[in-house]
Amino acid sequence: MSVEIMMPALSPTMEEGTLSKWLVKEGDTVSSGDVIAEIETDKATMEVEAVDEGTIAKILVEAGTENVKVNSVIAMLAEEGEDADSVEAPSSQPTETKNYDDDAEAAPEVQDEVAEDAAGPKPDFKPSNDPEIPEGTSFKETTIRDALRDAMAEEMRRDESVFVMGEEVAQYQGAYKVTRGLLDEFGDKRVVDTPITEHGFAGLGVGAAFGKLKPIVEFMTFNFAMQAIDQIINSAAKTLYMSGGQMGCSIVFRGPNGAASRVGAQHSQDYSAWYAHVPGLKVVAPYDAADAKGLLKAAIRDPNPVVFLEHELLYGETFDVPDVEDWVLPIGKAKVRREGTDVTLVAHSRMVGFALEAAEQLAEAGISAEVIDLRSLRPLDTDTVVESVKKTNRLVCCEEGWRYMGVGAEIVATVIDEAFDYLDAPPARVHQADVPLPYAANLEALSLPGTEDIVKAAKAVCEGI
Amino acid sequence: MSKSPRKAKITTDQKLKFYKDMLLIRRFEEKAGQLYGRGLIAGFCHLYIGQEAVVVGMQDCIGDGDQVVTGYRDHGHMLACGMDPDGVMAELTGREGGYSRGKGGSMHMFSREKNFFGGHGIVGAQVPIGTGLAFSNKYKETDRVCLTYFGDGATNQGQVYEAFNMASLWKLPVVYVIENNMYAMGTSVERHASETELFKRGISFEIEGMEVDGMDVMKVREAGMKAVEHARSGKGPMILEMKTYRYRGHSMSDPAKYRKREEVDDIRSHHDPIEGLKKQLIEAGEASEDDLKAIDKDIKAVVAKSVDFAQESPLPDPKELWTDVLIEAEGV
Repeated sequence: MSVEIMMPALSPTMEEGTLSKWLVKEGDTVSSGDVIAEIETDKATMEVEAVDEGTIAKILVEAGTENVKVNSVIAMLAEEGEDADSVEAPSSQPTETKNYDDDAEAAPEVQDEVAEDAAGPKPDFKPSNDPEIPEGTSFKETTIRDALRDAMAEEMRRDESVFVMGEEVAQYQGAYKVTRGLLDEFGDKRVVDTPITEHGFAGLGVGAAFGKLKPIVEFMTFNFAMQAIDQIINSAAKTLYMSGGQMGCSIVFRGPNGAASRVGAQHSQDYSAWYAHVPGLKVVAPYDAADAKGLLKAAIRDPNPVVFLEHELLYGETFDVPDVEDWVLPIGKAKVRREGTDVTLVAHSRMVGFALEAAEQLAEAGISAEVIDLRSLRPLDTDTVVESVKKTNRLVCCEEGWRYMGVGAEIVATVIDEAFDYLDAPPARVHQADVPLPYAANLEALSLPGTEDIVKAAKAVCEGI
Repeated sequence: MSKSPRKAKITTDQKLKFYKDMLLIRRFEEKAGQLYGRGLIAGFCHLYIGQEAVVVGMQDCIGDGDQVVTGYRDHGHMLACGMDPDGVMAELTGREGGYSRGKGGSMHMFSREKNFFGGHGIVGAQVPIGTGLAFSNKYKETDRVCLTYFGDGATNQGQVYEAFNMASLWKLPVVYVIENNMYAMGTSVERHASETELFKRGISFEIEGMEVDGMDVMKVREAGMKAVEHARSGKGPMILEMKTYRYRGHSMSDPAKYRKREEVDDIRSHHDPIEGLKKQLIEAGEASEDDLKAIDKDIKAVVAKSVDFAQESPLPDPKELWTDVLIEAEGV
């Protein structure tokens, strides 16, 4: 019986990769544990090991092939006693990673999105329409990952006191490759690998900021920052106030926030509401690469502690970034990403992509949705939201986190305070199910909010128009 | 920038200064206790009485630009750093003239001018912070050292060891001063620590530790000089375990029923840091009873003035409620 050797998934979010090199050829015998190939993902080059003994009967994917889907068969292995020449390639190849039945009626569309495009849909957004960018500016296609790196590199060139520290930021080039190349340019004094010691290095960063340095503290994910949240809140956020204004703390805490993919409850949590709750912090959560770059540069320059929430599932997404000398955006300003007249969709981070896709679908159904990207959660640009609701008279708040005491709750309360008489329907909220995020693919998909949920909520608040 | 350690024999003037500095803390704290009893100071108020030799001895080991950071039993550290008793007392009473303009209170006072970085209310939190200040010294290539104080209770906090590890790994110029006053709030060292010799707590991080008689200012100074020089010369951190004792409860609301009256009395009559130095000065003929009485009189006047200031200084303006939450960013 021959064995199929399949393209392995080498990270929770990997869907395809480049088969860069074969280390075996047809006819070679291998035993379990032998390295047979090298695969390149967007984050790293990984070795593939044989899991069975046998003879390499057929190599089905040539070295150098890009975009090889996870789970597609890349080679066939003949087992002991089997004639390698008689081994056939499988007749059909899987084309996607989906490995569960999507017969759950509750949210089939959401499942599809998670499976097919983990990073969410591309927005119908032309940055050249952005009023903040001067006429005639050219744009550079950049991933969020590189936009963040560029922001750090530019600020480190500009200011000697800026340094980055965290787990695997230097020699490993970043767990998610966000700090790639920084060690080479700035050296290990300014790109500091820490032990796995979040509480300790967050506190050390706060002390360094009191010592007038400008630390960028990277958390491998914000899930791990819970170990350090005492230092972020009690030391970084409150000390300025408690010192009567003496002890400024210019520091950025950044890293991926929110759900990744199939990593379970402890590694999938949205901390937007947690940090946005705290006076003394600024909290930023960008959606696209231009905002990621412009807002991170602003965060580094800010004299206050800034919690900068990135999204792992957006790191590899490409967007246009204005090719200007010093692209810095103000913290605390929302952005109207799509204008509309019937309903206001408010979102931040990855949910913006879903809101934009929902707006597209709603347009087909004759509903004109306005999409507001909050970008910053503290300060929160409620003016932009309230103005929009005064125009559309309807509101849907979208967030990846839990509804209880969430970002949507705050926005709805503000809109009720400031634009109650303009509302034609009770505001709606789209959010994660009120459970720890499950591991099973179908349950995970049921938990997380997506485009369909937004469409459904928007249609409900627009009923009758 | 920083003065070099003075290795020469300690002069009479220096000893008298130690006496004066310790007495200021003692009298200040006694007065703070009284004001608390009168309702002028509220909330948590942790007095330093009994531990004065530790900060006074250590302060003599550092110079301009060196930093100090500690926990919530911090009034003594502030006075030792040269902060104005008026401003400290006015912060205790929550007045406009306080170091944090009334917004910090007993546990949260700071002075950038005197390089005093707090005053931190969360047990052990100051340890990574002090380590970070040392990191900034090394980064900026200064030869400054950060004295990071914490109590025996804090030595059981995980972040302390996270900081030890990085400080030793990166050879940061920090001196960890453990003020072992025998009780973590109401729990004695024997009841809270598996290894009660706290100077050994750095062994697995390759941090040298010393046990010091924290009731003797001269011994504190001697050990402090060694540790500060070690850190300043680039050899990394050092731990000093100061065996000390607080005469009062953990805070003003603590009746201290967990220890016997005799234990307190014994230390007070046989190991008091101020009485000890007084005896030395008189026996060596370096000062007379009258000289020391004159010092006491001066100090009482300084403390009395601080009390007047702390009562006369107005409450913070209501608009202060909204200031100092964030620094206005200047044209990012």
